[in-house]
Amino acid sequence: MMQSLSGFIAGFWQFIASLWPEPLRLVLFLGGIMAFVGLNAAYLVWVERKGAARFQRRPGPTEVGYAGLLQPIADAVKLLTKQLIVPAGVDATLFRAAPLMVMAPALMSLAVIPFSDVLSARNINVGLLMIFAFGSINVMALMLGGWSSRNKYAIISAARIVSQNVAYEIPMLLVVITMVMVTGTMNLSDIVKAQAGPFWHWNLFKVWVNPLMPVTFLIFYICMLAETNRAPFDMAEAESELVAGAYTEYSGMGFGVFFMAEYANILLGCSLATVLFLGGWQSPIGIWSGVVWFLLKLYFLVFSVVWIRWTFPRTQFYGLLNLSWKILIPVSLFTLILSSAMLKLIKPFAA
Amino acid sequence: MTEKADFLTGDVAAGQPPRETFVLNLGPQHPATHGVLRVKMTMDGEYIVRAEPVCGYIHRMQEKMGENRTYAQFLPNTSRIDYLSAMTYTHAFVGAVERAAKIPVPPRAEYIRVITSELNRISSHLVWWGAFLLDLGGFTPLLYAFDDREKILDLLEAITGARLTYCYYRFGGLCNDVDDSFIKGTREFVAHMRPRLKMYRGLVTENIIFRKRLEGIGPISQEMCRKYGATGPVIRGSGVSYDVRRVEPYSAYPEFDFEIPTFPGGDSMARYLVRMEEMVQSLRIIEQALDKLPAGPVMADKVPRVLKLPAGDYCYAVEAARGRFAVRIVSDNKEIPYRVKLRTPSLSNLSLFEEASKGMLLPDALALMGSLDLVIPDIDR
Amino acid sequence: MNPAVPEIPGDSPLKAAQAPAEQAAVTPAVAPWPNPLAHLQIPFRAVDYEVKGYHLEVTVAPGEVVAVATQLDKEGLALDTITGVDWMAEGQMEVVYDYFHLAKPLRVVVRTRIPRDKPEIDTISGVFPGANWHERETHDFFGIKFLGHPDLTPFLLPEDATYHPLRKDFVA
Repeated sequence: MMQSLSGFIAGFWQFIASLWPEPLRLVLFLGGIMAFVGLNAAYLVWVERKGAARFQRRPGPTEVGYAGLLQPIADAVKLLTKQLIVPAGVDATLFRAAPLMVMAPALMSLAVIPFSDVLSARNINVGLLMIFAFGSINVMALMLGGWSSRNKYAIISAARIVSQNVAYEIPMLLVVITMVMVTGTMNLSDIVKAQAGPFWHWNLFKVWVNPLMPVTFLIFYICMLAETNRAPFDMAEAESELVAGAYTEYSGMGFGVFFMAEYANILLGCSLATVLFLGGWQSPIGIWSGVVWFLLKLYFLVFSVVWIRWTFPRTQFYGLLNLSWKILIPVSLFTLILSSAMLKLIKPFAA
Repeated sequence: MTEKADFLTGDVAAGQPPRETFVLNLGPQHPATHGVLRVKMTMDGEYIVRAEPVCGYIHRMQEKMGENRTYAQFLPNTSRIDYLSAMTYTHAFVGAVERAAKIPVPPRAEYIRVITSELNRISSHLVWWGAFLLDLGGFTPLLYAFDDREKILDLLEAITGARLTYCYYRFGGLCNDVDDSFIKGTREFVAHMRPRLKMYRGLVTENIIFRKRLEGIGPISQEMCRKYGATGPVIRGSGVSYDVRRVEPYSAYPEFDFEIPTFPGGDSMARYLVRMEEMVQSLRIIEQALDKLPAGPVMADKVPRVLKLPAGDYCYAVEAARGRFAVRIVSDNKEIPYRVKLRTPSLSNLSLFEEASKGMLLPDALALMGSLDLVIPDIDR
Repeated sequence: MNPAVPEIPGDSPLKAAQAPAEQAAVTPAVAPWPNPLAHLQIPFRAVDYEVKGYHLEVTVAPGEVVAVATQLDKEGLALDTITGVDWMAEGQMEVVYDYFHLAKPLRVVVRTRIPRDKPEIDTISGVFPGANWHERETHDFFGIKFLGHPDLTPFLLPEDATYHPLRKDFVA
């Protein structure tokens, strides 16, 4: 059924493309991605609140709509009607620009994520590189938001964000290089295609390529949590220490956009993990390969992120840095060397 | 083994006077100060050069109020000082008046006082547990703690009529007796709470992130405790087995078999473990008291309606959830006291914060502050 | 003296100096143990704990509080609290120091009296750093000046407070 559906989409797409090729495609996909991110950011808030409630043995939002399903919309309306206060003495331009600069890279990066065989806004050869290029803008924007707030808590938070992201970018990139070496491409679609077949063809389980593959996934996952400033690495927000960190001075939709960007980044991180390790849209049991499996894997990862947040306390800042520099970087370097050695030594004989 | 913050460099960490500092105003509205405490922190980066608590934001001059009303009128005030352990606080005031007026308290009343005080101690420690985890960034335990605390509040509400600021003790006994449903409910609670504490242990105490946050953080030596007069779980977490219930036994405590949990570490973890273990001991006391609960009246005969204490000064100390709470009444043989002094544990416990937090990182200092279990109205009175 | 003087609990230093022997006779040594602080050069009186809630009591001259605190510190006692009592009719302020022992059931009360119109006394915060806040609080409430105290700014009262609410002549 899925194949027929994707066949239909492909046919439909060819029909549209024949009418007016590139510009229409761009507009359609950009609109699609924005809607996807917007809806997800709103409804992941609902998932987070409901999930948190379940972990804490309480019902969570129930009043607005069935099971509180309209709660995110009510929240958004509330935030939109609130004044965006720009405190006296702040750098007003940067203060206003920061939330947008946080949101934009997440949107841009999702453009190269292949949701299915055909459902990808841009299928470019250096998709992986592009995501990481935009990922660093995200850090800068958060730092700008903290710095331009003219608030001591926000500045401390901005300093934490920068050192945390620098520390975790390195093991993450080392892991990604490993994956690029294993798959031989930076094109995300090709990476997924290389994992076709039953689930032991996923990169996560390819222990014959690199016996440390599950560890590599774990490193990637931890780094993803740290990069998105999620618990237990939410040093930047740290509400019991820094009030709300870089977001302390933001009100109304300024805060709302930061909030949505957090979920957009989680979505991006989990999508990337799905593509790199969990075989993207590939079905583990051979049926319905396509967007359904992609979303299933994606939301499983997103749920695990929520799960971790409501289970663990926050780490201490030096614990976080120690973990990165003393454990994650050496281990990811080791996996990199191991997989390159295995590629050179074993693969030629196996082939 | 403790992790050293060796990636952060600063003048304070290097043992030099800081070249450049800034003042961070923590509070009076700040999520970690649990109320209206303000700490003026001189910081060198994230290192604390000097943390100076500024108190008095919810000062109510309870001691002056004590000089303006009769003993019975002042009694409800004592439960508003530390609202989380109201039972023990009223116990101290009631005890001081009984000591001065030589009112004998029936044994049944003393037993029920012990039961309710220990229930109150557990509920206070549960609030602390949840709030402390909140300080460390773990939100979920708070809801679990409040779930269990709710059971205690329901039990106490049924017999006292209040959920937080109990005024159950009277000069000479209690305002009313407990019924069978309270005894049954308390037994059920004890049976319910034991496995819960085991679960908390697995859920939180053995969590690696949690342990790393606390072990070796905020060491307080025995000497520092003594010099600052810190009591309660703070001094017991520094290896001193000081507990008013044992050193100066009052009420029916000498009749029960319980231990004074003491941990020698002196760090935040030791203070945490002391409180967790204290809940177990409180359950033991409650169980024994229920088993041995004598029959009889709960109110002494012929307690005068208007009390006039003989001239002189009278002290009474109890072990509240946060440490030693002492009341000193100076009487001049009138209906109203000449002077009421309330010695609260949180004040002494917080006073060592300035010395203990020197050179610490901000999050560690907040973990230390959380482990002191501060109730701000208890400091400000 | 004013006829409306309230009966003074404890003893004024004057009275104590006049009749120490009588005092000892009035309050017999009820302590079930030998006084653990008997070797100190402080004239302690044993007090019935069941009646008063403390074990030992002494009234000293205002100049001796630091010396007493130093001796008690060496004995391993901890500072419980410091407070004042305003004896307006007598024109005196009483300063009360409570100490407790960490291991033994031993509470010690040290009292001293200072003139009400010039309430000044040496600080013991050099001996017990914990006395800092208690002395600040006592200064807030009674206006007693602790000489040598590092920081006598209002502690619980507003920072611009000039009044001392626990003085008996204080009108709100």
